[in-house]
Amino acid sequence: MRDRLYSLEELEKIQGTTVFNARRSREAYHLHKFCMSLMEEKNRKTFKEDERGYLDTFRMSENQKRAVLDRDFTRLIELGGNIYFLVKLSNTDGWTTVKAVSSMTAMTPDEYAAMMLAGGRQPDQS
Amino acid sequence: MATITAGIATSHIPAMGAAFDLGKTEEDYWKPVFEGYKWVKKWVKDEKPDVVILCYNDHASSMMLDIVPTFAIGFAEEFHPADEGWGPRQVPVVPGFPELAGHIAEQLIIDEFDITIMNDIDVDHGLTVPLSLVFDKIDAWPVKVIPIAVNVTQFPTPSGNRCFCLGEAIAHAVESFPQDLNVQVWGTGGMSHQLQGLRAGLINPEFDNAFLDRLADYPSELRKITRLEYIQEAGTEGIELIMWMIMRGALGEKVEELYRFYHVPASNTAVGHMVLRPVRYGGK
Repeated sequence: MRDRLYSLEELEKIQGTTVFNARRSREAYHLHKFCMSLMEEKNRKTFKEDERGYLDTFRMSENQKRAVLDRDFTRLIELGGNIYFLVKLSNTDGWTTVKAVSSMTAMTPDEYAAMMLAGGRQPDQS
Repeated sequence: MATITAGIATSHIPAMGAAFDLGKTEEDYWKPVFEGYKWVKKWVKDEKPDVVILCYNDHASSMMLDIVPTFAIGFAEEFHPADEGWGPRQVPVVPGFPELAGHIAEQLIIDEFDITIMNDIDVDHGLTVPLSLVFDKIDAWPVKVIPIAVNVTQFPTPSGNRCFCLGEAIAHAVESFPQDLNVQVWGTGGMSHQLQGLRAGLINPEFDNAFLDRLADYPSELRKITRLEYIQEAGTEGIELIMWMIMRGALGEKVEELYRFYHVPASNTAVGHMVLRPVRYGGK
């Protein structure tokens, strides 16, 4: 075995953080296909008219579909999602990125925005 | 002979692009951010670069789903601004430089950097926001651009050290191109930020400023930063800073720091910007 500078397990131990790796990318491949489809206006419209029906045209897991319907970004990250893809969903809803990102924290969007204005979350602050 | 005359590092935050496009740069929130780019806008007018080799990452706009290249080079005559879900940015089409891009791609692969070649790629805010920050509102970009796209999204990304070595190889390739050209290398993204999880909103000014302090004179210290450390210290998206290392690697051993700017926040992110001049090209 070659020596490594750190073990992959250490990446899983960073507090409040999920590292988007190849395995997660594969798990979320069809979820991300759905997200990318929202780059087109006609797809956004179809989705908004019948969210469940539109989701059923993708090979996503039931859990992923439910998390999309719930706009549960924390769960979507747990199910393999990556924020660069997931913002296509929050953009479709007219959310700001700050709102989407803050929904994964223990803060309201206003509290989160105030924290950012005050200099952001400091590394020693959980 | 083509010569690398300067390097620019800058964040490429999409909200900065939106503020720029919507004419909000004088608003209270944005004014201090855009103040930090006044120096470079003036400076670049005298520099008159012919080519920018622009290291950036795609944000699930036109890459990153079906195929995930670690390093990729844009080979087309032109690159169109990507539609990121709300219509493409209303900025000029980005002119490419297939002859130099082809030369660089060949030299890199001979140099054992097995770079992916992209014949058709739309470029997102990662590439167009830095162009706006430096060249301002303009009818046509005054440079040809060679996009170098780096995977900083799906782990494992390349290491910072690998990026630095790629920069060195790019410099060798540029120097062996026979045409007289004034070439700049830009590294974009960063600084500290994290867009997911309970730790979202992370900003680490201590890490960012230590990075800025070392970029000019002590890059060997930055080359030791592991991917794990980038994520721990600068956040999951802060790892974009490895793209600054490509720029720094391309400038050679000794450089002069011409300009530096740091500001928190813009949207979810710490803004960093630096301009460097290689000593071999007149820097002190």
